Amino acid sequence: MAGATDTAVVDMQNISTQFGEQVVHKDLNLTVQRGEVLAIAGGSGSGKSVLLREMILLQKPTSGSVRLFGEDASALTPEQDQALRRRWGVMFQKGGLLGALTVLENVGLPLREQLGHGSAQLESLIDGIARWKLDLTGLTADACAKFPDSLSGGMLKRAAMARALALDPELLFLDEPTSGLDPASAAGICDLIVRTRDLFGPTIVIVSHDVDLLWKVCDRVAVLGDGRVLALGTMAELASHPHPIVQAYFVDRHS
Amino acid sequence: MSTLVAPAPLTPPQPAAEGAPASLVQQAAGTWALSGPWGLRGVDALARTLESVKPGFSTVVLDGQALSAFDSAGAWVLQTWLQRNKASADLQHWQPRWQSLMEAAQEHAKATVTPTAKEGMLARLGHSTVNAGLQGKEILTFLGETAQVALGVVRHPQRLRWRSVLHHVQIGGFDALPIVGLMSFLLGVVVAYQGADQLRHYGANIFVVDLVGYAMLREFAPLMTAIIIAGRSGSAYAAQIGTMVVAEEIDALRTMGIHPTELLVLPRVLALAIALPLLTVFADITGVGGGMVMASLQLDIGWREFLERFGREMQGSSLLVGLGKSLVFALVIAVVGCFQGFRTRGSADSVGRQTTLSVVQSIFIVIVVDAVFSVVFNWLDL
Repeated sequence: MAGATDTAVVDMQNISTQFGEQVVHKDLNLTVQRGEVLAIAGGSGSGKSVLLREMILLQKPTSGSVRLFGEDASALTPEQDQALRRRWGVMFQKGGLLGALTVLENVGLPLREQLGHGSAQLESLIDGIARWKLDLTGLTADACAKFPDSLSGGMLKRAAMARALALDPELLFLDEPTSGLDPASAAGICDLIVRTRDLFGPTIVIVSHDVDLLWKVCDRVAVLGDGRVLALGTMAELASHPHPIVQAYFVDRHS
Repeated sequence: MSTLVAPAPLTPPQPAAEGAPASLVQQAAGTWALSGPWGLRGVDALARTLESVKPGFSTVVLDGQALSAFDSAGAWVLQTWLQRNKASADLQHWQPRWQSLMEAAQEHAKATVTPTAKEGMLARLGHSTVNAGLQGKEILTFLGETAQVALGVVRHPQRLRWRSVLHHVQIGGFDALPIVGLMSFLLGVVVAYQGADQLRHYGANIFVVDLVGYAMLREFAPLMTAIIIAGRSGSAYAAQIGTMVVAEEIDALRTMGIHPTELLVLPRVLALAIALPLLTVFADITGVGGGMVMASLQLDIGWREFLERFGREMQGSSLLVGLGKSLVFALVIAVVGCFQGFRTRGSADSVGRQTTLSVVQSIFIVIVVDAVFSVVFNWLDL
C-alpha cells in the first residue's frame, strides 16, 4: 500500500470529493506522521475544511481511502468507530461548545461520557480535571462558570481547546485556531499550541492560513489548490516553491 | 497496608501494554512506586483506593519506572492524593513527558481556588422576582416604543411596508386557514355533542343552536384561534427576530438608520391585527357548521331549521364581542412574539428559549385578557 507505514496517523490516498458538479478534491494524497504538527493551508474554497471533515469522519469522500491510526475508516464496526473517535480531539472554528452547558460542563462532557455519572467523588474528580484543562489553556476560574455565549473570541478558542484536550487525545485537529482573533490573542493561541505539544505530545493537524502560525508551530505545511496538494514541506522549503498559490504565502505584505 | 491494586483496564493509546492494573506500592519508607497504566479508564477506582492510603511523610519519592501509561486523569488523581495529605513529591525515573505533565498538574493545584458556592433558594427566588419585574417593565417600554413608531407611520403612511404586511397576512393568516378551520369544526362538534345529551333530557333539543352559537362566537372561536396563532405565528416572530439578533442583523439595521421596530414589528402587528379577526370569522363559520352536523345527526334538527333559529336568536353583538377580543389577542401575540425575539442574547440556544417563552407568555396573557373581558362584558350586559 502506497505511503501507509506504521508512523502514519492519518493516511488519505487518492481522495476525490465532488458536490454535484463542483469538484473539491481530485486524486489528493496526504499523510500525517506520528508526532508532527502539520498545517493544511490554501485559499478560501480550496477544500481545506472539507478535507478536515473527511479526516474526522464527519463526511465521506466520493472516492479514495481514509486510514486513521492504520485502520481503514470505511471498514469499521460501530464500536470500532466509537473507539477510534475517542482517540482524537477536535477544536472547531466557532468552538462547537454546547450553549446549554457552562464552560466547565462542556470540558467535563467527554470525561463524563467516558467515566459515567456517579458518586460525588467522581463528579469532583471530573470537575477537577476539567478545571485543570481550562487552567492549562489559560482560562481563569472565573470563566469556568460562564456560558459559551458570554465569552470573547479568544476565550472561546481556549475553551474549545480545553475540551479538545479533555481526553488527552493522541491526535488533535484544530480548525482555524486563530481566525477572528487580534494579533496578541493569536500569538497566545500559537504559544498554547506549542505548550500543548510539549506537554501531551499529540500529533496535530491544523487548518489555517495564518502565516505567523504556520511559521511558529508547524513542522510541515501542505498547500491545497486545484483539488490537490500543490506543495508539501517545511515553511523554509516552501519559500522557494515556484507555484503562484504557494508563493502568495511569502509575499512581503509590508512593502 | 502498603499494597494497593485498582482494577484499571488498559488505556486505549497502549493497545499492546500488559494487563496489570494501575497501582501505588510502598517500596521503602517514603518511597512509592507507581506501576501499570495510570489513565482515564478505571481512574475512579484508582481514586477510591487512594483515599485510604497515607503517604506517611511530608516529602515522598515517587518512582515512575514501572508506569506503562500516564495521562492527565492519572496525574490529577496523584496530585489530589498528594494535596489531600499535604505531601510534596520528588519524581524519580519518570519519562520526561509524563514528568512534565505531573509537574503541570502540581503547578495548577497551587494556584487553585475553591469554586464559589451555588446560590441558595431564597437568593434564587429574589433574583427571579426581580427579573420578572424588570421584564414587565421592559415589555411596557417595548409597547410604548412600538406605539410611538406606529404614530410616526400614521403621520407618514408611505413609510409603512405594505408588501411585508401582506406577506405576513398570507403566512400567518391565509396559510393557517386549514388548521384553524379543522380545529374549530371539531370544537363545534364537541360542544353540540356534549350539549345534545343534556338538552334531550328536557326536550329542549332546539336550544343546541343557542348553545353552539354563543359558545363559538363569543368564546371558543376567538380564544382557540388565538392559541393556535400564538403557537404558529407568535413563535415564528420570536424565532425570526431572535435569529436576526444573533446574526447581528438588527444592529446592522440600526447603523443603517432603519428602525427595526418599523421594519419588523409594525408589519407583523398590523398583519396579525388583520388576519386574526378574519380567521376568527372563519372559525365561527366552521365551528357552527360542526355544531350543525352534530345537531342533524344526534338531535334530528335539520340544517334549514338550525339556520332559521340561528338567524332569529343570535345577536350581532356576539359576533362583534368575539371579533373585538380577537383584535386584542392579535396585538398581544404579535407584541409578545416580537418582544421575546428582541430579548434574544448571544447564541442559538437563546433563540429556542425565547421562542418557547413567547408562546407560553402570549397564551397566558391571552387567557388572562379573555377572563377580564368576560367580567367587563358581564358588567356592561353585552
